Amino acid sequence: MTTPLLSVSHLSKSFPTSRGIVQAVDDVSFSIAAGEAFGLVGESGSGKSTIGRLALGLITPTAGDIRFSGQSINGLSERALKPFRRQAQMVFQDPYSSLNPRLRVRDIIGEALDTHALAQDRRDARIAELLDMVGLNASHASRYPHEFSGGQRQRIGIARALAVEPRLLIADEPVSALDVSVQAQIITLLQDLRRHLGLALLFISHDLDIVELLCERVAVLYLGRIMETGPTDQVMKTPRHPYSRALLAAVPKADPDAPRMKRLVSGDIPSPLNPPSGCVFRTRCFYAEGPCATDRPVLAPAEAGWQCACLRDPLPEHE
Amino acid sequence: MAVASDQSAFKQDGPLLAVDTLSVSFRQEDGVSTPVRDVSLTLHQGETLALVGESGSGKSVTSLAIMGLLPRPAGFISSGKIRFQTRAKQTVDLAQLSFDDMRHLRGREMAMIFQEPMTSLNPVLTIGEQIAETVRLHLGLSGRALQAHVKAQLDLVEIPDAARRMDDYPHQMSGGMRQRVMIALAMACQPSLLIADEPTTALDVTIQAQILLLIDRLRRETGMAVLFITHNLGVVAEIADRVTVMYAGQVVETAQTRPLFRKAAHPYTNALLSCLPARAKADASGLRRLVPIQGQPGVFGEACAFAPRCPHVTAVCQTKPPQLELTDGGSVRCFRWRDLA
Repeated sequence: MTTPLLSVSHLSKSFPTSRGIVQAVDDVSFSIAAGEAFGLVGESGSGKSTIGRLALGLITPTAGDIRFSGQSINGLSERALKPFRRQAQMVFQDPYSSLNPRLRVRDIIGEALDTHALAQDRRDARIAELLDMVGLNASHASRYPHEFSGGQRQRIGIARALAVEPRLLIADEPVSALDVSVQAQIITLLQDLRRHLGLALLFISHDLDIVELLCERVAVLYLGRIMETGPTDQVMKTPRHPYSRALLAAVPKADPDAPRMKRLVSGDIPSPLNPPSGCVFRTRCFYAEGPCATDRPVLAPAEAGWQCACLRDPLPEHE
Repeated sequence: MAVASDQSAFKQDGPLLAVDTLSVSFRQEDGVSTPVRDVSLTLHQGETLALVGESGSGKSVTSLAIMGLLPRPAGFISSGKIRFQTRAKQTVDLAQLSFDDMRHLRGREMAMIFQEPMTSLNPVLTIGEQIAETVRLHLGLSGRALQAHVKAQLDLVEIPDAARRMDDYPHQMSGGMRQRVMIALAMACQPSLLIADEPTTALDVTIQAQILLLIDRLRRETGMAVLFITHNLGVVAEIADRVTVMYAGQVVETAQTRPLFRKAAHPYTNALLSCLPARAKADASGLRRLVPIQGQPGVFGEACAFAPRCPHVTAVCQTKPPQLELTDGGSVRCFRWRDLA
């Protein structure tokens, strides 16, 4: 088997807070092959954004290992991390706050080139190329972020990420602040970029429909743990884990002929400060039994490339 | 979820709410802008009408105008009527009502919930105190009867362990629970019209489902009408009997939900539906792709507002503004809707 581009094993991250320790990420493992798109889906407190920041080396894990092309980035100094930073770039949710308002687009993108001493002899030409790649044009280079719409700003953010020729794009809710029509533009752009540049994508989102469209594989997260991971179409069509089922059933479908949205979970997402014992989902799970409160389910292979962390797997048939 | 056949029984009474060629303007330093132009919509008792649109479409301004909550003194109704049928079976024009009369109707007959409950809840009062205040004001209850009513309101919105949660402050509650408190406040006086402005947009999807089902249950039980403002077409398909679509401050289409999602009459509605990830279609290489609407939402045409972004644009669309025309069961603002049907 070829070495994955990104591999994350037994990753954990806890944050001390004034009210106790938050276990944001708890023993998470997955890998992404070169050119592959992997989706992390989950609701508030699932740890999906923290995983993105860990993978970039922006924060250090409490435990576990992150490897790029087989090489661990654990414990590397900021200087030693630099070549890895070039391999993976981030696209943020909020295109308003992630661009420096005082810099022209030319300098926002140019800064990324300069950091890694790229295209220094043809800086302007390269900036124009990058703008073209994201559907903007060279004339936009001299403008400031406030002169652009939300969708255009997200394009600038993507151009900045692409400037250092990364192999992996980590996109944290990149379209959730955008209108539906603009969302479609950015999703299509990401698909085009993947096709033309062979980019791998770690796509972090709460929107299951978008993940299904963009990603080959997916992991469903709940309170810092992976509940289920596998090929996107299989997980979305026939979810194994009770949480995946509940999550998918709760998505309103823009099709009045489709089955109605269902409420398959009760109550709120528990506080990550005080997660339930055993299986973290058991407090909202219709299938929970005695052992679910004491035994922690491990992610176990269900079918080829498909794993599920549920003591009751396989569940009774789908409704 | 919503049963369309329910409506026929109510219709003989005339609509509960009829917005008729409403325009809303704002005074600004450099003149007057009119973000809502010539908007008409109707809502019947017991019905859920979704008001759909992207940023800047005017859907929220329309709802604020109905509620008499336009920011003063900048915002004002520049033309049109908002006819509302009161419980006393009188029809009043909300656009003409005095501030005091409007305040009297709000809370008693009309209520509104918003995307972010924290902006509407008082952070220094417990939720029990806040609901009690509203109930005292509108129903004149006090003492034990008041407490019982407050608890009943919290039970109504399915807040577990209501007797204990009454003493919680808003910040001690989750976003979903705060939205339930907002709904309890809105329902305290049994309104005949509930305006819900993106009430689930900030919530997680499993919580959103709970809130949507709650609002729909309350609609069924009380017979109130719901004007549900949203940009989420999935939510629309789940909860609405009918849909009014806005673009650039105008209504471009109104239709029954089911036919609209099958085949809309207006090119914008169809284009918006094609932007939904679930509706992506496989291209020649088998990759599922979307058909985005070109251009930016803020770029509006002189004649037909959607003309600059419309795939079906012709010369006439750029020369004069289209009027709202009646269709089979709705209305549409497009010169070409018959050719495109």
